[in-house]
Amino acid sequence: MTDTAIQSQTRTEILRFVKRNIRDYALLLSLLVIMVYFQFSTGGTLFMPVNMTNILLQNSYIVVMALGMLLIIVAGHIDLSVGSVAGFIGAVAGVLMVTYKLDVTISVIICLVLGGLIGGAQGYFTAYYRIPAFIVTLAGMLVFKGLALTVLGGASVGPFPKVFQLLSSGYVPDIFGGTLFDTPFNVLAMAIGIITTALIIYFNFVERRDQQAHGLAEEPDIIFMGRNLLVAAAFLGFTFLMARYKGLPNVLVVMFALIALFVFVTTRTTFGRRIYAMGGNEKAAKLSGINTERLTFLTFAIMGVLAALAGLIFAARLNVATPKAGAGFELDVIAACFIGGAATTGGVGKIIGAVIGAFIMGVMNNGMSIMGIGIDLQQVIKGVVLLLAVFLDVYYKNKA
Amino acid sequence: MQPILEMRGITKTFPGVNALENVNLEILPAEIHAVVGENGAGKSTLMKVLSGVYPHGTYTGDIVFEGDERKFASIADSENTGIIIIHQELALVPLLSIAENIFLGHETANRGVIDWFEAFKRTKALLDKVGLKEHPNTLITNIGTGKQQLVEIAKALNKKVKLLILDEPTSSLNETDSNALLALLKEFKAQGISSILITHKLNEVSKVADRITVLRDGMTVDTLDANRQEVSEDRIIKAMVGRELSDRFPSRSAKIGEPVLEVKNWSVHHPLHADRQVIKGVDLMVCKGEVVGIAGLMGSGRTELAMSLFGRAYGQRITGEVKIKGKPVDVSTIPKAMKAGLAYATEDRKTFGLVLIDHIKHNVTLANLEGVSKHSVIDELEELSVANKYRRDLAIRCSGVFQTTVNLSGGNQQKVVLSKWLFAGPDILILDEPTRGIDVGAKYEIYGIINQLAEEGKAVIVISSEMPELLGISDRIYVMNEGRFVAEMPAKQATQEGIMRAIMKSWEG
Repeated sequence: MTDTAIQSQTRTEILRFVKRNIRDYALLLSLLVIMVYFQFSTGGTLFMPVNMTNILLQNSYIVVMALGMLLIIVAGHIDLSVGSVAGFIGAVAGVLMVTYKLDVTISVIICLVLGGLIGGAQGYFTAYYRIPAFIVTLAGMLVFKGLALTVLGGASVGPFPKVFQLLSSGYVPDIFGGTLFDTPFNVLAMAIGIITTALIIYFNFVERRDQQAHGLAEEPDIIFMGRNLLVAAAFLGFTFLMARYKGLPNVLVVMFALIALFVFVTTRTTFGRRIYAMGGNEKAAKLSGINTERLTFLTFAIMGVLAALAGLIFAARLNVATPKAGAGFELDVIAACFIGGAATTGGVGKIIGAVIGAFIMGVMNNGMSIMGIGIDLQQVIKGVVLLLAVFLDVYYKNKA
Repeated sequence: MQPILEMRGITKTFPGVNALENVNLEILPAEIHAVVGENGAGKSTLMKVLSGVYPHGTYTGDIVFEGDERKFASIADSENTGIIIIHQELALVPLLSIAENIFLGHETANRGVIDWFEAFKRTKALLDKVGLKEHPNTLITNIGTGKQQLVEIAKALNKKVKLLILDEPTSSLNETDSNALLALLKEFKAQGISSILITHKLNEVSKVADRITVLRDGMTVDTLDANRQEVSEDRIIKAMVGRELSDRFPSRSAKIGEPVLEVKNWSVHHPLHADRQVIKGVDLMVCKGEVVGIAGLMGSGRTELAMSLFGRAYGQRITGEVKIKGKPVDVSTIPKAMKAGLAYATEDRKTFGLVLIDHIKHNVTLANLEGVSKHSVIDELEELSVANKYRRDLAIRCSGVFQTTVNLSGGNQQKVVLSKWLFAGPDILILDEPTRGIDVGAKYEIYGIINQLAEEGKAVIVISSEMPELLGISDRIYVMNEGRFVAEMPAKQATQEGIMRAIMKSWEG
């Protein structure tokens, strides 16, 4: 074989691989394109450290809920109640910490457990009585919206204790206190960023080596390298921006840990595998000895805990518990999952997809607000983007 | 007499199978024509060709109806010419009334506004014709299956039927309803309407049919004229099953041990209709290293028996005793049944067997994820080697274990399902139609796998509608009909005629 023949062969291989994984790449590419577009249209505001930090904080609770929602959607269900549950838990937290002056740690634990119970209750009706999740959680949405009002007596409660506020407004403290070009520079944040990046790349290489040892490495070298380079650049660039501002927000650490945990659960554990199997073919999963009822129940319970956590993050960020908190969150969360490639029929979807989906929505929100586009038009644009994403998904699936 | 319908040289192929090969069928005016044959002989396919479910162009051959060649593009086409088919599963909307069902799609409407008085009047007239005394407003769900069948026929009459096709109309009817239905067919005959009656029940055939066409393996093997000659049931049975045992089966030296699974007095009721008993006091026994076949027609309750045993995956109000290796066991849930050593490989691979959107590796380990994981964390490499082992052992033909199962052929899908259950490590395997829709080569391989399982000391139950297959691979055969075991015979002494006769006898008795 001549060199050119080998070259053209590897090129077709690369093309074939990209074609097969077009959904994943298209998603990442869309996020990049959207970010670059807004960077220009906002006159460079988007990538400013303070704004990047803002985007993260504004979307953290959406991302947290999207993790649970992805499990629910993969399992073949939906949860419309997450916004109301988040609002209700925020209200409970307000009453516990502000009105009753209960210890922050205990209050947080009570709130998370309560969220788990709420999710579990909805899962119970869905799993064991086979009431469609759409109905159960629609009822939950109304119930908890009302209960949030009741708990707060219609008024806002605040401010929260300082310790609790740190959940959303605190930063990982800088122990070095360095400077760069005469401006303060958070060395610890940068160090964490570098270590995390190194770990991710290391694990990617270990996985690749395992795959190659078993002849499983499908991804062409050039794409693997490019992907790692891109991830490293994004991570390092991002931490660099953060380090020049106040450092790493606490909530970012929480969010990152949760993302890592859920990636692990969905890809490596029996629990995650069974959820995919159940969503792909519930009857076959059941006949394979999988307790599909319990699995559904647990999935909803997890969603409840995450909704509670999101409610706490949101309350801490506003520093006040209001009855209106959480309204409409469920729409952003569900949209994030579907933009991220989850299938409406269940069985398909990735955690990373949902996270990227959440950030696509978040960057669009942020960019459009900076540009001064009215909230009315913003909603229209977001709606169109959601429909377009799912349309392309369905369109290419039918073609393949 | 000029025939009202002639089907000439009909050939219909599906990928890998010849469903119909050069089939001829001729229906005379005002005759009741029975079409008989084993499961899979091609009866339903032939009727689907005739009624336009398979449109012109997807088959070869000619359909001549009332002297003109017809090229039906859809069911609507065939209905417009007066050919109406009533399927085994009734196509009525349960929560609409009789009148609404009869006029569904042909409403007595003026610019979209329905004239209900007209509809009721005509429904009443139609119900009189079929002898059904029900109010047109009665909901379908509130009348029994027999009456629903009559509504279907009334619906057909409303469409000016010239040729009525009934696909196993009496399979879910009791004696009285069946007789009423057959009498109705005779009355139609007197009015000049021809009927095609597809049935398994040969006593009905001899009661009403003028002529009988026998199909076997997609070919017309015989047409008998009941008006000219005496047609005995034996004669029909011989024509139905007359195939030589040409399929070859791998040989096996059976070393049959002590009983592994014993089921006593097993009874099951229908999951939706609690008063309908589907399995009626079945006793079953399988030994170590034994292959036991369960023969029977479709709807005889074989799948229901198997699924109800496997963790009550079917039915309600289940009673009976299950012993495994002599000890009573609890098989009330699927995980418990699996723990007791049972496995059930379904007849419907696509609906119940596989996660089609997922690849081979994930499907193989689905029933035993514990086997490839530690503390709930899956060892991907271990899982891979397990999947590759079964791919090798069972010769699953695929591009790799990461191939999505939806893209596999039927035979290879079946092997993936078998792999899944083999990896679960059961003592007793129930295989429901393990070779359905599989080509001959793959069948032979599946038989080899079954033999190997028996030689390893597993107890195997095979449910199959293909009698030569059962005779070839089983040690012992139970014959099932209408929820009962009606005969039991060693495979060496069993014949196809013997099995058929046992089924027919159980109906008459």
